[in-house]
Amino acid sequence: MTLAAILNLTLAFLLAPLLAGVIARVKARVAGRRGQPLLQGYCDLLRLLRKGVVYSDTTTWIFRACPIVVLATAVTAVFLLPMGGEPAPVSFAADFVLLAYLLGLGRFFLISAALDTGSSFEGMGASRETFFATLAEPTFLLGVAALARKTGGLSLSTVLPAASPLAPEVGLIVLAFSIVLLCENARIPFDDPTTHLELTMVHEVMILDHSGPDLGLLLYASHLKLWLWSALVAGLATSPLVAPIWLRPVIAVAGTLVVAVGVGLVEALVPRLRLMRVPHLLATAAALAAVALILVVR
Amino acid sequence: MDTGVDRLMLLVILSNLALLVAPRLGRAISLMALQGIFLGLLAIVAHSGTLTVRALVIGAAGFLVRGALFPLLLRRAAAQAGVVRDFRPLLGYVASALMGIVMLGGAMALGERLPLHLPEASKMILPASLFTIFTGLFLIVARRKALTQCLGYLVFENGIYGFGVATVAEVPALIELGALLDVLVAVLVMGIAAYRITEEFDHMDTVELTRLRG
Repeated sequence: MTLAAILNLTLAFLLAPLLAGVIARVKARVAGRRGQPLLQGYCDLLRLLRKGVVYSDTTTWIFRACPIVVLATAVTAVFLLPMGGEPAPVSFAADFVLLAYLLGLGRFFLISAALDTGSSFEGMGASRETFFATLAEPTFLLGVAALARKTGGLSLSTVLPAASPLAPEVGLIVLAFSIVLLCENARIPFDDPTTHLELTMVHEVMILDHSGPDLGLLLYASHLKLWLWSALVAGLATSPLVAPIWLRPVIAVAGTLVVAVGVGLVEALVPRLRLMRVPHLLATAAALAAVALILVVR
Repeated sequence: MDTGVDRLMLLVILSNLALLVAPRLGRAISLMALQGIFLGLLAIVAHSGTLTVRALVIGAAGFLVRGALFPLLLRRAAAQAGVVRDFRPLLGYVASALMGIVMLGGAMALGERLPLHLPEASKMILPASLFTIFTGLFLIVARRKALTQCLGYLVFENGIYGFGVATVAEVPALIELGALLDVLVAVLVMGIAAYRITEEFDHMDTVELTRLRG
């Protein structure tokens, strides 16, 4: 691992909770409020780590294992992420398949733990989450397939810096990935992270029974996932920029923060979709990725 | 995907995909007008370098008739019949999007293999026009309301127009304008028919019309 890769990893692990703070702050500013401090994410994590944990009698080892597996998969996925034109610490041919499956493994344990509690609300959230994932994962793979075919590389580290968004196909893929980012990270218009009505929750209801350090681990894992996806989209969007080697991590972090601001604006300005319309938006994203693939393959 | 004509054809493809899934008739009419404008532009830039009076006349006719006149007629007919959206189409949003991708793949494959005089301006004109034709036919088949089917016919005509602009370089302007006039008359007749159907049956759901009354 090169020094730059270690630096990128450190930045990812340290700055991930900042993204949630940025999104909340942007939302508050658009609504005319001052909003929570930018470092609130860190304070929340520390507070949760200090608390005690409560386990329900109906749960089994799956419930206790879930936060550990989710955090482990999120951390491993960050190792596959290239940032700022620098290859990822772990990169090999078709590593994006491993990335998709790592995130899928985390989601599988999240869903299993939600079902493990025996609560019908959590089961409802689990079924919705599975449904969204069924439509979002093929979009990701279609998009990466199109990028791989276009740039000739097979690893995320070779594909991301080489794909310039000035080409229309890559522009379509950036749009499709932005929609998948909002879906995978349970953001509006797919899911409202601040809702307190259980009937409208998707991700929140799955982690309803977790408490204390378990909840802290899940929260940090969700921050890492958001960083992962934002850095992916930012990496695609800023790939044509040539910069000296000391400026590249700065550009990568700045791009990720800009994506977070974009997510915050979408959260503030767009209403949450009706549940029946969510597959429509995901089908649109899949269609855009498929169009990009067809254009590249012809 | 380097030339401007390529990107124009990409816009036509995206407008077709949007047409396939648009639930409201108003938005579909706007998309069809946009397509007409794109194809009018195509008539002007397709035969790059040789900007003849013929190309200008056909392009301008395309702009005006497809971009302004047809949407106006269709909107007036929709307002008279009170049609806002096509309830319960035979293929919903996700299925239509999927079929759209399949049709795009077919149009791409077909467009590259047809033994025709291809335009030098872009390799995408033929596939995009074929995709527009397929979209128009799909809309006629997979939608219920008579006005949506009329819209599908107009999209189909857009595609044929694009096809003609791309492949046939020497047809006199008179024939192109004659074809446009034919389509105009067809739209007027379809509008009258839709109005009469609504007057008689209080709806224009063509699936209901196939049922015999007891």
